[in-house]
Amino acid sequence: MRETRMSQGMTQYLDFEKPLAEIEGKAEELRALGRANEEMDVASEAAALDAKAETMLTDLYKNLTPWRKCQVARHPERPHCRDYIDALFTEFTPLAGDRNFADDLAVMGGLARLDGTPVMVIGHEKGSDTKSRIERNFGMARPEGYRKAIRLMQMAGRFNLPVITLIDTTGAYPGKGAEERGQSEAIARSTETCLQIPVPLISVIIGEGGSGGAVAFATANRVAMLEHSIYSVISPEGCASILWKDSEKMREAAEALHLTAQDLKTLAVIDEIIPEPSGGAHRGKSAAMESVGKSIKAMLKELGKKKGADLVADRRQKFLKMGSKGLAA
Amino acid sequence: MNWITNYVRPRINSIFSRRETPENLWQKCDECGTMLFHRELTENLNVCTNCGHHMNITPRDRFKALFDGGVFNEVKVPEPLADPLQFRDQKRYPDRMRTAQKTTGEKEAMLVASGEIGRTPIIAAAQDFSFMGGSMGMYVGNAILAAAEEAVKLKRPLILFSAAGGARMQEGILSLMQMPRTTVAVQMLKEAGLPYIVVLTHPTTGGVTASYAMLGDVHIAEPNALICFAGPRVIEQTIREKLPDGFQRAEYLLDHGMLDRVTPRTEMREELITITRMLLGMPPAVRGDLPAPEKTEKVDPVAAATAPVAEPGASAAKPAPAPTPQKPLK
Repeated sequence: MRETRMSQGMTQYLDFEKPLAEIEGKAEELRALGRANEEMDVASEAAALDAKAETMLTDLYKNLTPWRKCQVARHPERPHCRDYIDALFTEFTPLAGDRNFADDLAVMGGLARLDGTPVMVIGHEKGSDTKSRIERNFGMARPEGYRKAIRLMQMAGRFNLPVITLIDTTGAYPGKGAEERGQSEAIARSTETCLQIPVPLISVIIGEGGSGGAVAFATANRVAMLEHSIYSVISPEGCASILWKDSEKMREAAEALHLTAQDLKTLAVIDEIIPEPSGGAHRGKSAAMESVGKSIKAMLKELGKKKGADLVADRRQKFLKMGSKGLAA
Repeated sequence: MNWITNYVRPRINSIFSRRETPENLWQKCDECGTMLFHRELTENLNVCTNCGHHMNITPRDRFKALFDGGVFNEVKVPEPLADPLQFRDQKRYPDRMRTAQKTTGEKEAMLVASGEIGRTPIIAAAQDFSFMGGSMGMYVGNAILAAAEEAVKLKRPLILFSAAGGARMQEGILSLMQMPRTTVAVQMLKEAGLPYIVVLTHPTTGGVTASYAMLGDVHIAEPNALICFAGPRVIEQTIREKLPDGFQRAEYLLDHGMLDRVTPRTEMREELITITRMLLGMPPAVRGDLPAPEKTEKVDPVAAATAPVAEPGASAAKPAPAPTPQKPLK
């Protein structure tokens, strides 16, 4: 089964996709049989199974529960920041370091062109294999990462470059050194910097929007979310272990937290939902990239007409509303 | 078994066994175990007289000790949406709220007040750890905004006492959104050129530390207060090693450059007066315990005249009861 999926560029099924994996496995077995045995006509049967799998996939993904969305958002083969940068931007020139302590590879950022226009792009990168995952600390940034982002955002502000942030993090790294070097201060300053820069700031949550570590980049003029991504104050497991005293209650917690793109749009916390191909972004990477690209360009076009001072004022008003008034809920 | 045992007997018992004295006359120090006499402990601002351990203090008690003559005006905080997510874990969120309101006697986890300290007009906001862990939800966001707006309107500094486990999970993403929202409040103060002083008290963690609590002009912490983003338990689970002694405590943060000062609660008032007056370019304060602001002096000139004018610096830190016309400072 693994091999079949590999041939389509995907290797891992999620637990709720098990029936689907079985059908797809059967179809592949049939085809293998057909290849080995030329007299056998398996094409029509295999095609019937494929069709069945396709319907099942569409049905599964049409009504994903919040917990399943979490699983999809964390899928190891879901396209990450690096993939989006490679696909959507040209002349990407990574810029490194916080000029104080280190370069944090959990955060990548640099100059790039989007449709020829120079921009600053910043995002969390989780890595795609064991080596890069360790290097990038699974996308969990340390203070240096946030301070690098602050530096890049301020630079963008000085040179009038729009900032695009791609959010994909479980959260800021809970480590000893990270705490000693002021994780909270770094996050607070990063949020503050987001609020200050006089250029368009656009955030797209492409996978996990984990708490403060995400807000630090997502205090933006426009926040968009991929259809199956999540954005939450705490992970469902964390919430379950605190409020239910049982981390196995993550399904209930995911439900209660309202962390799906659809819920957040209703609450008016995000501005836009970017559709994903059937079966999630990891099953149709190029289609996902295309729709993210389209969405970013549209938002940029709209914000490009505004003056710097208005962008700052709008951003501030947007977040000031997130309390008593102005919520759709 | 029947109504006599279930109803009548307890009633009779309660009439005869009713105690003359309140139950909480003595309180045990969480740190050294010394039994502390309630009144003495209150006079010492809930700081253990034996070992100096700082126990939790409610915003109201803190303000009584902070403001001149214990007099302050509460600043009204706009009501947020109630339970927008209809959150339910093992209990419903509104039920948790009601329990917290009942046990604390407060409406929510933050109190905002205006008044004077050492004749210096200020706005103060204090978080109440005993109210659902002081957690930051939309109300706390509203409170900080109201405090900042009042400070800007009256051109006063804001002193904020933080104490929280973090964001209020029961408000989901809306509690997370209070991070940027309160950051806007801090920006308002900075743009108006007003001092913003944060007093970090035990514990200040999570999203609270990662927003308004770490954006002050001056950061002062109470001794041994836990101040962190991720809690020690989470870190130990992640890195699987034992953390050093005093990790994420106020003194540790001071060593690592995250705080300006660590100051005992009993000396905090004096220090806040000194710092705010210098930042505002005002002359040094008249030291000692001051009666309530002018209004009351006019009403009772005799009392005002007899108010002690202490020698500069002397016994300034220790708030002794002053013969003020209104509530004495305790």
